Amino acid sequence: MDTETTILDRKTSSDHATLADKFNLDEPRVDWHDKTLWFIRKKRDKAASQLQEWEQLRAVASDIKNNVLANLHTYLLAFERNAQQHGITVHWASDAAEHNKIVHKIIEKTGIKQVVKSKSMLTEECHLNAYLKTQGIEVIDTDLGERIVQLAGEPPSHIVLPCIHWKKEEIGELFSHHLGTPEGNSDPQFLTAAARIHLRQHFMSSRLAITGVNFAVAETGEIVVCTNEGNADLGVQLADVHIACVGIEKIIPLRKHLGVFLRLLARSATGQPITTYSSHFQKPRKGQEMHIVLVDNGRSKRLGSADFRNALKCIRCGACMNTCPVYRRSGGHSYHYAIAGPIGAILAPGLDMKKHADLPFASTLCGSCSNVCPVKIDIHDQLYKWRQLLAQNRKVGITKRVAANTMAYILSHHTLYTFAGTAGRWLMKYVPFIISNRFNPWYKQREMPKPPEHSFARWYHQNRNFK
Amino acid sequence: MKVALFVPCYIDQFYPQVAIATLEVLEKLGASVSYPEKQTCCGQPMANAGFEDLTDPCNTIFIRQFSGFDYIVSPSGSCVLHIKDHLHSSANHEETSQIKKKVFELTEFLTDIVGVKHLNSKFYHKVGLHQSCHGQRGLKLSQMSELIAPDFSKPQDLLRMVEGLELIDLDRKDECCGFGGMFSVSEEAVSVKMGKDRVADHLQYGAEYITANDMSCLMHLEGILRRQKSPTKVIHIAEILNAGL
Amino acid sequence: MSSRDHILEVIRKNQPKGLPLQEIAFSDGEPFDKISKFTTVLESIGGTVIPINEWGEVEAYLNQRFSTEKRWVNLVPELRNLAPLADFTEDPHLLENVMVAILPGHFGVAENGAVWITEELMGDRALPFICEHLALIIRAENIFPTLHDAYTHIDKSQYGFGTYIAGPSKTADIEQSLVLGAHGPKSLMLFLITET
Repeated sequence: MDTETTILDRKTSSDHATLADKFNLDEPRVDWHDKTLWFIRKKRDKAASQLQEWEQLRAVASDIKNNVLANLHTYLLAFERNAQQHGITVHWASDAAEHNKIVHKIIEKTGIKQVVKSKSMLTEECHLNAYLKTQGIEVIDTDLGERIVQLAGEPPSHIVLPCIHWKKEEIGELFSHHLGTPEGNSDPQFLTAAARIHLRQHFMSSRLAITGVNFAVAETGEIVVCTNEGNADLGVQLADVHIACVGIEKIIPLRKHLGVFLRLLARSATGQPITTYSSHFQKPRKGQEMHIVLVDNGRSKRLGSADFRNALKCIRCGACMNTCPVYRRSGGHSYHYAIAGPIGAILAPGLDMKKHADLPFASTLCGSCSNVCPVKIDIHDQLYKWRQLLAQNRKVGITKRVAANTMAYILSHHTLYTFAGTAGRWLMKYVPFIISNRFNPWYKQREMPKPPEHSFARWYHQNRNFK
Repeated sequence: MKVALFVPCYIDQFYPQVAIATLEVLEKLGASVSYPEKQTCCGQPMANAGFEDLTDPCNTIFIRQFSGFDYIVSPSGSCVLHIKDHLHSSANHEETSQIKKKVFELTEFLTDIVGVKHLNSKFYHKVGLHQSCHGQRGLKLSQMSELIAPDFSKPQDLLRMVEGLELIDLDRKDECCGFGGMFSVSEEAVSVKMGKDRVADHLQYGAEYITANDMSCLMHLEGILRRQKSPTKVIHIAEILNAGL
Repeated sequence: MSSRDHILEVIRKNQPKGLPLQEIAFSDGEPFDKISKFTTVLESIGGTVIPINEWGEVEAYLNQRFSTEKRWVNLVPELRNLAPLADFTEDPHLLENVMVAILPGHFGVAENGAVWITEELMGDRALPFICEHLALIIRAENIFPTLHDAYTHIDKSQYGFGTYIAGPSKTADIEQSLVLGAHGPKSLMLFLITET
């Protein structure tokens, strides 16, 4: 019966609504979370508004990505050929498990037991760290935010701002425990300096670095990695082996297209004109070994769906999360998937419809996400379409299904509708506790509408129907 | 000009005064309006919950009730958007596509079709305009804060024609109120928090009334205002436009 | 069938048809002063722009700012007197104690304050990231308005490694408080040669 329960039934302890409920127990914290992310949304607006051609840029980026989806086969082959010509070893992984095994094999051959890794949502999606741990290999996440959540034993709550849900005092406490910083010091400048010293040791000692990839250029076989901290570069440039993990949808056709995407990426993500470092790796350093792992994990299958393939255009800027009024008030962990927010809610059900059946309903379909998306993914339309598919596959809770069926039945018959309306208004007026009680989620924090004497239909019949 | 009045089911049942105001505004501006009496619902409550396939009978009723008019006007951006995006009929393609072209939200109709430039309406209050998402982002009744494009707003232009009405500013001029149909009960905590935050934004600028193109948003905000025992009231934009007209 | 062949086969079957690649064409925005835009943007993201007319000014600036910290590595031939041109045959880890790295850049980008630099200008790929402070030098005439212009200039040139550097290393991961010097250089000095 568990496929029958999720949305209204609250029988699972880990669906979005339940986790969001918990998040909302501390209202001042919700306010703080909401305001922090809204501030980033405003920075994005400001950065975007400084380019007259912003909407044109989005349209061009969207067109390029549509072209990529239509020619992915050709572009992947070209990318592979060009990368190989430059001395890079290219691997292909059908799914997360194969990806993890490939990465492990490369590490195993070197005998290295501790590796550094810069931000990669793909490795989060594949749960690489956990897998390597079982193989006796420790991964040190080097992005400051990712290191913070890693020390805390949590996944990131945001794809660009991994510890956006942490307060500086809590980070101070965490660092005091793990890095030995003085108790009670929560100054961001001080804590960042402490992390710099801590992670510098790992950069200096690690001989293998894993990175994600922002863009992979078919024409040249190069990959581009963007960071503000410089952690991807410090890791890679000091390591003997570089492994770059990339989803097959990250391909772009031509180098000059980077001009379009790099203009959009950081402005959409944080409101910066560009990230501090946009590093183009075309060949390994002399004496260095470089691997690129191309990962499918459901992407090729999604490509076959006209309704949902569009989500593969995503460049992981996180703008849809920052603007989402639900994300801001429920926190990234309420989405229980590596990628939170609106984009996560349309990606996750594609991987496991049953497990993520709640996510497409964690939205009011307000459409703000689609408007900020730099590659014009129709996110809110896809949320709607996922709802239809979930209902057809009986992945929508029984309460909601019964409600929809009852409504549909009543609304399909005018006389029944008139009667039900009269009965409903009468009930609400004379026996308000029937509806206005604690079992009605509406009434928990809101008053019910005051029922009028008569419906409009009745008024019209009495007042206008003389014509 | 033969105009059909399309009244959302919850307005018919809970907010008849909104439908009356809509009817009267249209009549006062010279339209010949009739109300097809067998109409029920556009089907959105089921469809947004994932059950669009249960809406076929609603579609059939809608097409039968609203065929043959010059225009179909409704005091709801949300229901109009649903008709535009999702009305379908395997038996009646031509009528369906005609209806989709002829259906208008009230302020859009007044601005684009009637071409209202002046109103005699009077409403001596401080009013906050809540931009309902489906009207704004779906029907593009106003410029959206996410896009880099010139500013405009059909509902705001109309409100500015109302004598005595003082339109307040907002910190977040087009954030969702959190109603979202079934979302309002299935995601109760977030829904209410969103509503409380919208209400707070209007109250900090001294709104006596919160108005909108959609009564569903206002029903949600009203529920919160009344629970807070706030003197601030909600009012549909049709009621303001009809005041003193 | 290998994973590679299987993935490619599914893609071939599933990818939609058509959709030719459009040329990128942007209407020119308002013309702007490239140098002042570049300067404003770079300073807004934490960089320091120092306009110079002659090479001696670089020396004077660095001598004053780093009077006691003389572990400098220089890759600019014109500044041979300031610090000898470094030799990079050794392990990059040894660069960890470099206080100031002085490197020439290819060009700057006005819209975002970034400087494009490829590995032959770096000496070692690690240097621009591992040094405590980074000094980049470009000529004012080598500033392009936008990234589109930058890529038109880069065109199909080959490089093992190239990067845009826009300001000092930074993070705002702790409560969105901006901190300069996350892992890489704590400051970025951009010497802008306005006259030769």
